[in-house]
Amino acid sequence: MEQTIKLRVSQIEKSFPGVKALDKIDFTVKKGSVHVLCGENGAGKSTLMKIINGVYQPDKGQIYVDENPVKIHNPMQARNLGISMIFQEMNYVPEMTVEENIFLGRLPVNKLGKVDWKHVRKYTIELLKEENLPYPPDLPLKDLTVSDIQMLEIIKAISCKSDIIIMDEPTSAITQKEVEKLFEKIAALKARGVCIIYISHKLDEIFKIADEITVFRDGAVVSSHPVGETDIETVIADMVGRKISNDYPKEDIPIGENLLEVENLENRGVFRDVNFHLRGGEILGFAGLMGAGRTEVMRCVFGLDPINAGEIKLKGRKVSVKNVRESIANGVVMLSEDRRRYGIIPVRSVKENASLASLEKIIGKGFLNAKKEHSVVNELFKRMRVKTPTMETAIEALSGGNQQKVILSKWMMRNPVVLILDEPTRGIDIGAKYEIYKLMSEMAREGKGIIMVSSELPELIGMCDRIYVMSQGKITGEIQREDFSQERIMYYATGTKERRAVNN
Amino acid sequence: MIKKYNIYLVLIILFFLCALINPNFLSIGNLSNISRQLAVTTILAFGATILIIGGMLDLSAGSVLALAGVLAVDCYKSTNSLILSLIVGILAGMACNLINAVMVANFKTPPFIATLAMMTMARGVALLYTQGQNILQLGDFVVFGQGTVFGMPVSVIFLIVIAIFTWYILKHTRFGRSLYAVGGNEAAAVASGINVIRSKYIAYLINGAFVGLAGVLFMSRINAGQPNGAIGFEFHALTAAIIGGTSFSGGVGTASGTLAGAFIVGFLNNIMNLANVDSYLQQVIRGAIIALAVIYDIWTKGRRTKGHLGNVEDKNKKQKVAS
Repeated sequence: MEQTIKLRVSQIEKSFPGVKALDKIDFTVKKGSVHVLCGENGAGKSTLMKIINGVYQPDKGQIYVDENPVKIHNPMQARNLGISMIFQEMNYVPEMTVEENIFLGRLPVNKLGKVDWKHVRKYTIELLKEENLPYPPDLPLKDLTVSDIQMLEIIKAISCKSDIIIMDEPTSAITQKEVEKLFEKIAALKARGVCIIYISHKLDEIFKIADEITVFRDGAVVSSHPVGETDIETVIADMVGRKISNDYPKEDIPIGENLLEVENLENRGVFRDVNFHLRGGEILGFAGLMGAGRTEVMRCVFGLDPINAGEIKLKGRKVSVKNVRESIANGVVMLSEDRRRYGIIPVRSVKENASLASLEKIIGKGFLNAKKEHSVVNELFKRMRVKTPTMETAIEALSGGNQQKVILSKWMMRNPVVLILDEPTRGIDIGAKYEIYKLMSEMAREGKGIIMVSSELPELIGMCDRIYVMSQGKITGEIQREDFSQERIMYYATGTKERRAVNN
Repeated sequence: MIKKYNIYLVLIILFFLCALINPNFLSIGNLSNISRQLAVTTILAFGATILIIGGMLDLSAGSVLALAGVLAVDCYKSTNSLILSLIVGILAGMACNLINAVMVANFKTPPFIATLAMMTMARGVALLYTQGQNILQLGDFVVFGQGTVFGMPVSVIFLIVIAIFTWYILKHTRFGRSLYAVGGNEAAAVASGINVIRSKYIAYLINGAFVGLAGVLFMSRINAGQPNGAIGFEFHALTAAIIGGTSFSGGVGTASGTLAGAFIVGFLNNIMNLANVDSYLQQVIRGAIIALAVIYDIWTKGRRTKGHLGNVEDKNKKQKVAS
């Protein structure tokens, strides 16, 4: 049977002041299929999805649902047309409970306007049971982990009984196991005739679920193929518009002396007995599942969280890390996984963001040396290949990849000894990822020690000299480069849990 | 870039408009009178600007001003020393704001609540100290608010010094840069090695010194130590800062903007008085101007940054094209 077309957009155009975000977009989604959208950040995928979901209005063009022309003025109307969307950045109210969040904006009420809480409770319990989610309906969302909340968002969208579900990077914050669960869910939805528009940067994952793949670049569709007629290389080439090497720019660098030694580090209730060391010129990986404690260990080493026990040695000398200022002075810096929260000062200029950690270098004798600041930052930006319209541009106006490079520049300005990079490539596009890998190699060549915490195994395997694996607040394995494999890492990452299960 | 200079454009247009409407506006006497009247609130506005940039606030400014003022006046009456009374006023302002800083920086009390508490306390102390009576017959103390040096009002000289000082610390010191970072994103400032607690202390202490100085100038100008004076002055200060482009979300604001904002308010008040606008109507107009300034700020910012759904993709795109 020829699949019928569920959603069609025709000649959609959308401009924002000074820029054409979408240019004559044609795009169809068939009933019961998964249509994947790829493209670098800023290619126009999310803009199109927001038009379909009613957040934005197109300047020109028409949307058809079941081949009937429709106008979608707001997300509520989209929901009534059977369209729901899971946003990349999650929308939830932390203080509200699971059930309140599930019914947010669509609480059932009786004629007097009183909420039918009994129905809400019953429905939520059924839903949670169906999905095997082990938490009560009256738990506030702030008590759940990020991945739990993401799963809940997905369930919420599904529970709207929509025929068209838009998922914007749904797997960016959930664990491998949950990804598999999500994919099962998607298969079940497909079988029910629901169609799914799926936006993702993770190319290996999209080939598992896609029926069709459409690639966006610079506000236009560059290619659209059934999954059988394309491959990863083609998709990447279409996305970036140029041939890009899929290899990691890993260099053979002689490994030097011990730079950082961490002994029996403990943060009560989070992790304990953490021992590791890092040498000059080395790129050291930290793998593990979400919540294994990797970020927490790094936060302690960097002085963001208190240390309950253990010690940290730098170049053989014991150092105190009571706060971040001391760590930075010692030459230890950390790029946070949460760029919005711990990285950028959104409203300030790229220049100010870059020099924030080195103020004493540019403000001497009571006056700001504006010339020096400009030249130092400019030189760093050249080296880091930061693309910014001007030095005074607010950092929030840059793409994720460029923001990340500005934050890297901030730390490079301190000429650090040890560089901790927590998920350095999360949420940035392929071109920028590759440049960050190259910068890592460059820094290693200068003899700096680099720690890379990452949830993406291919990049850990591609870039690291050695990988520690953590699970449930402990280091469960250490793997040398010649022994790297995804299976081995996953074995250690899940190993403790399984052994514990046996003991119980 | 256009937005950046809007405020100065408004100020210049308003200046010529005022001059056109009423020829008296341009007289030396009137302009010097405007500056003298503006000195107190503008000095407070510089303090408010520093705090708001750092993501803080001071609702206690009016009360602390009154307390510092009566202490300074009393000090002058018992010692006859202008310098000493000035120092007492400034120290009293700083002491109250030290308590504000402890509450905000160490105990993480929201600045709104902490300084609301201080507002009530400081007013109470001022009334207790004076038993609710105005202190009169200030003698030479009035030179601060009424005297001139080479034809220049003393209070205006203070205003100029404070303006330059504020510009300097915001633009040229590590504290200034840190303050913008603390107000722009406190967690990121901590993670960049900024001493956030110290920044907050310094901000409140500077504000305190400004408030104390404003107390001396105010009491001197009205020729009385009024424990019940300066009620609501903190809001005049906030008005000037906000009209001057200081963003209530923190991390944005300049000394020159606040100065312009204060003079816009001052010119408006003056021209309305000269044009005999009903004083009740004047209040309505002033309020409407604040609302418009804030709406304008949010409107331009809305286009500049993320939408309510939190994606900056469209903007990224714009930047790519721009580069």
